[in-house]
Amino acid sequence: MTSKHTTQDARPAHSGSTGGHSTPSSDRLASIKDHYDLIVIGSGLAGMTAANVMGRNGRSVLLLESHSNYGGLATWFKRRGGHIFDVSLHGFPVGMKKTCRKYWSQEIADDIVPLDGVRFVNPQFNLETSFTRDDFTRILVEELGQELEQVESFYTHLRRMDFYDDSGQTVGELFEQFFPGRNDVHRLLMEPISYANGSTLDDPAITYGIVFSNFMSKGVYTFRGGTDQLIARMRRELVSNGVDLRNHVTVDRIRLEPGAEVWAAKGVEVGERFIAADAVLSNANLKSTILDMLDPAALKPEFLEEVRAVRLNNSSCQVYFGLRDGATLPFVGDLIFTSTRETFDSPSLCDMHGESRTFSFYYPKTRPGSERYTVVASTNARYEDWAELDQVSYEREKQRMIDETLACLEGLVPGISADIEHAEAATPRTFKFYTRHLGGSSFGTKFEGLRPSMELHEEVPGLYHAGSVGIIMSGWLGAANYGVIQASKIDSYLHARALSATPTT
Amino acid sequence: MNREEIIQAIKDIITTIAPDEDLSSLTEGERLRDQIELDSMDFLDIVMELRKRYGVQVPEDDYKELATLEGCANYLLPLMANATANA
Repeated sequence: MTSKHTTQDARPAHSGSTGGHSTPSSDRLASIKDHYDLIVIGSGLAGMTAANVMGRNGRSVLLLESHSNYGGLATWFKRRGGHIFDVSLHGFPVGMKKTCRKYWSQEIADDIVPLDGVRFVNPQFNLETSFTRDDFTRILVEELGQELEQVESFYTHLRRMDFYDDSGQTVGELFEQFFPGRNDVHRLLMEPISYANGSTLDDPAITYGIVFSNFMSKGVYTFRGGTDQLIARMRRELVSNGVDLRNHVTVDRIRLEPGAEVWAAKGVEVGERFIAADAVLSNANLKSTILDMLDPAALKPEFLEEVRAVRLNNSSCQVYFGLRDGATLPFVGDLIFTSTRETFDSPSLCDMHGESRTFSFYYPKTRPGSERYTVVASTNARYEDWAELDQVSYEREKQRMIDETLACLEGLVPGISADIEHAEAATPRTFKFYTRHLGGSSFGTKFEGLRPSMELHEEVPGLYHAGSVGIIMSGWLGAANYGVIQASKIDSYLHARALSATPTT
Repeated sequence: MNREEIIQAIKDIITTIAPDEDLSSLTEGERLRDQIELDSMDFLDIVMELRKRYGVQVPEDDYKELATLEGCANYLLPLMANATANA
C-alpha cells in the first residue's frame, strides 16, 4: 500500500466528525404534529416501505431516522475526489422489481436491471453464472458431475419445505442428504446465501429453502442510479404520500399505556419530547427495541426471556476502493465470490484473517452519466474479533485487511493498484456505530428472532417490529416485503380501533 | 354489492396488483394462483385493498377463503352486501 491511500473511517474517535449522528435539536421536531396514526422508528427499507404503504392508505405517518441518511443499511457515502461508495447494493432477486412497482413507483421499478456477470473464483471451481435455476442445474450437472435427477429432487424438496413443519434439520444436513461429501457443491449452494443473509450450515434448513427458492432462481438485479438515487426517489415518494420525515432524530423510548391485561403503545419519546401515536413500528434491531426501548413491566417474563435468548446474526467488514478520475476497468464481472481456501466451511467466512470475500464492481453503468469506477469487497465478520482491539491494533488490522484485499483484487484485475486513489475499511465497529445495531449485526437475528418480531403486537397492542430478522426476512427484498406485511397488520389494527371508537346507533 | 359486483371488484383490485395479467379468461372455480402469477404478497395486497376500498376486514386465518373467485364471492357476500360498487 502506498502513501496515497488513506485509511480513514468516519468514526468520531478518528475524525472528530459526528459520522452522521447528531444531538436531536428540538427544532427538528418543531413542525410535526402532536399525534400520528403511526410513528416509524428507523428508515431501513422495512421502515420506509411500511411508511409509504401506510401513507398511501391515507394514514398520518411520522418516520424518524437517527442518521443523516435515510435507508438504514441501504446506504452510501461520498469521499473527496468524487467517489461514491454503495454499502449494500450488491444484488437482489428479481422480486424487488415487483415490490418496488407495487409499494413505491413504476419509475423506481423501471431502474431495477439485471447484473451482467456473476463469478465464483476458488480452488474448487472457477465459473461464471447467470444465477438462474437452469444455469445452476447446468453447473451442478455438467461442471460438478451431479445426477440431473438428484438436482431436480433437491429443488422439489426445497419448494415443499413447510415453514410450519420445521423438521429440525440444518442446512449442512440438508446438503449431506442430497449431495453427500461434496464440499464443492455445498460451497456453490451456500456461499452466495451466506453473504446475502449471514446464514451458516448450522442454521435451520427451512431458512435455506425459502431463500434459495427466491434468490438463486432468476438472476441477480441491481438499481441503476446507485443507492443514493434510490433513496432520494423513495424520499420524494414518501413526501408526496404525506409522510412526515425527520432525520437526526433518535427515539429514546417507546411509551406505553399501562392496562389491566396488556399495555398498549401510545407514542415515542425523543429526549423530553413526547409524540403520540396510535401505533408504533420499530425498524430498529429487534433486541434493542424490546430490551432497551420498552418498560419491561409491560412484558411477560417468558417473552422477555425468549427475546434475550435470540442470537444476533454476524456483522461485516468491507473495503472500499475508488479509482482516480479518468481511470477505467475492463469488465470482469459485477459480483465475484472469491476464496483461496481449499474447502468451504461457514466459520471461515467470518474469519478476520479470512481468505474469502466477495467483490462488487461498480462501472459507469451503475450511475449513468458518471465515468467513475469503484470496487467494494465484503466479508462476514464477528463483532467480538474487533470489539476489544486498542486503537493501534485496530488501525493495524484495518490496514492489513486493506492490503490483503488489494492483493486479492490484483489477482482479478492486474495493475489496478496504480489507479486506486482512495482505500478505506469498515469493520463491525463501523457497522455498529452507524446502524446502532447490537454487535454491528448486518443481517438482524437468527431464525428464532422471527417469532417475537411477528408477535410483538400480541404482547403490546399497537407495537410492531419490522426489519432484518430471522434470516428469511433479510436483504433488501426481504426487508421491504416484511415492512409491507407489518403495515398490513397495522392498518388492520387501526381500522378495528377506529370502528370500536365509533359509537354505533 | 351482489356476487357479480364482488367478483368484478376483486378483478379490479387484481388489475392494479398485476397489471400485465390477462384477467378476461379467469374461471371462478379454479385457484387464482393456478391461472395467473399471484404470490403471497399479492394476496396480502388484495386484503389491504378490500379494507381500503370497502372497509372489509379479512382476518389472516381466512385468507385461504380467497383462493378462488368463487371463494371470494362466497366469503365476501355477507360482508359486502351493504357496500356500494363504486366505493
